[in-house]
Amino acid sequence: MSHCYINSLACVSAQHTSDNTQFLDEVVVYEKNILHAIPPNYKAYITPSASRRMAKGVKMGVVASSIALKEASIDSPDAIITGTGMGCLIDSEKFLSAIIDNNEEFLTPTSFIQSTHNTVGAQVALGLKCKAYNFTYVHAAVSFESCLVDAKLMLNENDASNVLVGGIDELGEYTTKLHELIHHVKNEEVNTSKLLDSKTRGSVFGEGAAFFLLSGERCTNTYAQLKDVAIVHDLSIGSLQDRVHNFLNENKLSVNDIDAVILGNNGDVDFDDYYKELQTTIFSDTQQICYKHLCGEFNTASSFGFWVASKILKNQQVPDVLKTNTKDVKMYKNILLYNQYRGKNHSFILVSIC
Amino acid sequence: MNRGVAITGMGIISSIGNTVEENYNSLVQGKHGISRVSAVKTRHRDTIKVGEIPFSNDALVRQLNLPESNNYTRTALLGVIAAKQAVIAANIADKIDRRTGLISATSVGGMDKTEQYFYEYLTDKKNQKYIEGHHAGDSAQRIAEQLGITEFVTTISTACSSSANAIMLGARLIKAGKLDRVVVGGSDCLSKFTINGFNSLMILSDTDCAPFDENRKGLNLGEAAAFLVLESDEMVALNDKKILAYVSGYGNTNDAFHQTASSENGDGATLAMQKALQVSGLRPEEIDYINAHGTATANNDLSESKAIRRVFANAIPDLSSTKAFTGHTLAAAAAIEAVYSVLALRHDVIFPNLNFKTPIEETGIIPVATVTAKKIRHVLSNSFGFGGNCSTLIFSKN
Repeated sequence: MSHCYINSLACVSAQHTSDNTQFLDEVVVYEKNILHAIPPNYKAYITPSASRRMAKGVKMGVVASSIALKEASIDSPDAIITGTGMGCLIDSEKFLSAIIDNNEEFLTPTSFIQSTHNTVGAQVALGLKCKAYNFTYVHAAVSFESCLVDAKLMLNENDASNVLVGGIDELGEYTTKLHELIHHVKNEEVNTSKLLDSKTRGSVFGEGAAFFLLSGERCTNTYAQLKDVAIVHDLSIGSLQDRVHNFLNENKLSVNDIDAVILGNNGDVDFDDYYKELQTTIFSDTQQICYKHLCGEFNTASSFGFWVASKILKNQQVPDVLKTNTKDVKMYKNILLYNQYRGKNHSFILVSIC
Repeated sequence: MNRGVAITGMGIISSIGNTVEENYNSLVQGKHGISRVSAVKTRHRDTIKVGEIPFSNDALVRQLNLPESNNYTRTALLGVIAAKQAVIAANIADKIDRRTGLISATSVGGMDKTEQYFYEYLTDKKNQKYIEGHHAGDSAQRIAEQLGITEFVTTISTACSSSANAIMLGARLIKAGKLDRVVVGGSDCLSKFTINGFNSLMILSDTDCAPFDENRKGLNLGEAAAFLVLESDEMVALNDKKILAYVSGYGNTNDAFHQTASSENGDGATLAMQKALQVSGLRPEEIDYINAHGTATANNDLSESKAIRRVFANAIPDLSSTKAFTGHTLAAAAAIEAVYSVLALRHDVIFPNLNFKTPIEETGIIPVATVTAKKIRHVLSNSFGFGGNCSTLIFSKN
């Protein structure tokens, strides 16, 4: 089995995360149900003419991929693998409303061209003139995890040494409104510092892009290593503990070896029970970490969690804003991430120090 | 050569048939499925032609015995029909376990319902059930639920090469021992969104498409779903399985040239074919038939022809595009053409490239224009998509 090192990272989100020298040093608390990403300095990475054609998700993706490649000193990766649950929503909404509003007349192709789910992966490849392997996964809450599965497979096949993976989702104004109608987005504004304890349906929605350079070789900058990732489409709360034990056993670890657990709690009263099942039982004595009150819920929000895990393992420090309990941890060696969305598309990720 | 990963079952629904057998019969009888669009309400009705499946959503719901309260999009309905056929054909319906996965592909996703109720959703409570079916992973979730697949389920969307990549990932996961069985393929329905998208790019033909013809006028869109069951050698041996063919090679590259156009000399396509040959361990001269991407757009057919020349030089294998039968079914295209490639291998026949008259002047490639019997051991199938995604699969006999 080849190793899978996390050699660099980059994150654009509703927090100040695009500067890799910081780790949530300054936290933004919102009083909203929609959290927009804080724009990084696009101009430093994208020419103004290209920028005009790109929707926010593409821009965030291009910037995050550039930062990750630069930090790992890689000019052109051996594979580019992106994940996005909702794809290019802004251009999809734009093209669809133009079709309806103009009764299929006077349409220009620009927004259609930019609306395909693989736009970010394509634009990154185009910018780098990178002819390598290029995949885009679009499977809801495991879109990013599918990238990790593929990257690990590829490193084991010895078909690549440097794989760029990224999760990207952008907010589309109209789609968000529709998700409010069906209570996937909370119908009331929430103080995000209290999101995790809210007792109402739905979550606050966010957006962002997080990229990572995964490699079979470690470097001086290496953050951590990705040990394993598992995707489970359907899982009952009752079987969750067994699943965690099995996943850890397969990696020759037990619950006691886990120094912190990173959970996808999003304040949805209907679905946070999955996390509570672990928080109140096998991980009641473990350092618990949550992050969606910072970045919001979106299909690739778990890439923010993966960013958090990587930073913790390298820095050996957890910002208080992430902690939901207080435990005295001497050293963070193994971190388990668990995520699901609306009871479907569960994922388990094991990340360890090198 | 490397033997590859066994295919033990297939299912398909397209404009030329509702089963594998019906599709085969249409292919050998030269019966295409291109017509004026009837179900999608579009003002382009009289100016474009499409490959449409002649069942309403209600009819498909009845075929699947779904409750009236269901919220399946058309992409999901077509996908479930094809995937169920594949699982039954492979005789694994009662064997699906934790080591059985599903990898689907789509580009349209639930857009058919979104475009139908986009503004109405705000006031029409009854149809709000379709809102959560919009995302591209929805159809795979429905297929997983209908088949009882509870573990590894994912979806790929790389435009018109999507389901080639689903087949490729499935083969890689089996080879790596991560799964014992995997259902792979794709589904896309016709929608106003794609019709107008391709129309705005001015690449839709107003008549039956003519792949690889000098005077081709563009593509016909189509709708379809196809799935294949891949199984590990252990499963094949354990259950004494009949093997339809093997996935023996695959290659995925990016043209890195333009968001929607292929490079002049087909760089990405050339690399994808070379990579697939390398994985299969086959020499170019061992390929007996190329099922080309051949969309009949000016850009694709020229670029693909040049790439094929670069890989095969002056010994180009027999070649045809089956897009004139089915239309271009986008994310499902590679999966339906995988089914056709396996049928070509099993029946030792090359399906015709319909509507061809005059070779492209610059490359002079002449596709096989009539049903042709021939011993076929290895088929190479190309699929290329927007975003520069280029994929090649190779299918081989036992």
